[in-house]
Amino acid sequence: MAALGMGRPGHGEAVLRRTILLVVAAYLLIPLLAMLEFSTRGPRGTRSLAAWARIGTNPDLVEAIFVQLQLAALTVVLTLVLLLPTMVLVQLRLPWLRRTIEFLCLLPLTIPAIVLVVGLAPIYAGVTRLFGESALTLTFVYAVLVLPFAYRAIASGLSAIDLITLAEAARSLGCSWPGVVWRIVVPNIRGALIAAALVSVALVLGEFTISSLLAFDTLQVVINLQGKRNAAVAVAVSLAALVLAFALLYVLSFVGQPARGSTFVEDDT
Amino acid sequence: MTAGLPRISSAAAAPLPDGRSAGPRHGVRRGIREVLDYLGILPFLLFIGVFLLWPTCTVIVGAFQDAEGRPTLDNLVAVAQGTYLEAFALSFALSAVTALLGAVLGGLLAWSVATGRRDSALRRVVAAASGTLAQFGGVMLAFAFLATFGFNGLVTLFLRDRLGIDLFAGGAWIYELPGLALVYTYFQIPLMVIVFLPAVEGLRPQWREACLSLGGDSWAYWRHVGFPILWPSFLGATLLLFANAFSAYATAKALISQASPLVPLRIGTFLTSEIVLGQANLGKALAFGMIVVVAATTVLYALLQARSSRWLR
Repeated sequence: MAALGMGRPGHGEAVLRRTILLVVAAYLLIPLLAMLEFSTRGPRGTRSLAAWARIGTNPDLVEAIFVQLQLAALTVVLTLVLLLPTMVLVQLRLPWLRRTIEFLCLLPLTIPAIVLVVGLAPIYAGVTRLFGESALTLTFVYAVLVLPFAYRAIASGLSAIDLITLAEAARSLGCSWPGVVWRIVVPNIRGALIAAALVSVALVLGEFTISSLLAFDTLQVVINLQGKRNAAVAVAVSLAALVLAFALLYVLSFVGQPARGSTFVEDDT
Repeated sequence: MTAGLPRISSAAAAPLPDGRSAGPRHGVRRGIREVLDYLGILPFLLFIGVFLLWPTCTVIVGAFQDAEGRPTLDNLVAVAQGTYLEAFALSFALSAVTALLGAVLGGLLAWSVATGRRDSALRRVVAAASGTLAQFGGVMLAFAFLATFGFNGLVTLFLRDRLGIDLFAGGAWIYELPGLALVYTYFQIPLMVIVFLPAVEGLRPQWREACLSLGGDSWAYWRHVGFPILWPSFLGATLLLFANAFSAYATAKALISQASPLVPLRIGTFLTSEIVLGQANLGKALAFGMIVVVAATTVLYALLQARSSRWLR
């Protein structure tokens, strides 16, 4: 009867729960273990880290990793610089545009990347004429791709603070509008901004569709090419990138929530 | 100072900038400020316009134009028959099957990790792993499965050497549709966990208590309370999984290098290979077809989501 009082599932259900957890977790984990096993195979059944070591000596891969990290950083900067002031401005001064901005930001979720790239091909002819043939020009599309994720993170951050009061207090003390964004909003929603950045980095690390069809050598494109020549190295890089993305998202789970004990909450007590 | 004070002052202050009655000079200044407000969101709108709306419109308009830019329905007619129609049917079938498999397996997984505590270690790990595998995998997942079920994969070798089972007796299935279905299901499960976990966690323990104290058993609880509350979320999540598989390109491209049996792969060949004269807009018509399918799915998903939020959250 203790189970009844606590409203907890019974013993049979607990066993079922654990069994499902084990079976599905095994299905999800075996391919990852296989990657580790595959990438550490040496000659005649020995273990070897040769494939992992070759990541560092393969100039194409090193170049691509470097490009990808730059792309991730640029995408984060561009997204935040475009999105944050716009969202603050809309919430403070143009609240009737809020639904429109939300719709525009979530729109990329309903337009598959493969469709977007069809329409982007002619635009990128112009972009490369303006900015050169660098893979870094992908920053523009990537900023579009991460928009829904960044929007959600920032929106939840903004909803946790009383933006109107904070902005008015700052304005009445002589702060400029850029100052409001940089010195008031940014410190107060730091957690949300970090969340937006982490999810953007994870997405940029794994992007393949657009970069391969626009013919830029990003990390995933190079991994795919390497896979045809040297599978072990490609598998090693893939595993490394997956682990990195996992680490980013795991950190995200700690900073995602609105921070307790932030300046504004303390003022309220 | 009372806790309520800041709230009151904010409520009083909020209408001030717009509500103040203004003389003619104020009117001009307000007008200038309003223009400045709109100028402030202009960069964002321009950016969205160039890199999201323009490409989308290019696709939609191009689908209805012939090579000379005259309006026509020929492209859409062409992609609604023959091998293109087969590609749509195959994409549809693959997405539907993997969405269902992913929804059932992922739903069960979500149910078994739902602990009610949002900050438990298990939940954090599951959420991070799900995000990685569901949204950022692409090419890497294809390699994961080649390392597992490929000719020299871990499981292939294990089955052959230890149990004498030849996985490839029926052909190189991992590089064909069955392999694709396996990998797609693999990334559908974590996506289901991401989408469905909040719904499962929205089930309140009090509802189970109420059911049990009224004499029902576990089965009665799920039959009359759990499933009726969860099914709109479940159905909605399944639709989202469908759209996800339907739009996937990277995994299929990395796994299948020769043929192009799916719509996204077909669109890809239009972009990379020499285009036959007069067929330039067929790719756009295919892309338009994808927009229609995915948009319809997403709208249905939003409707179901609205319905499920009646009880959850």
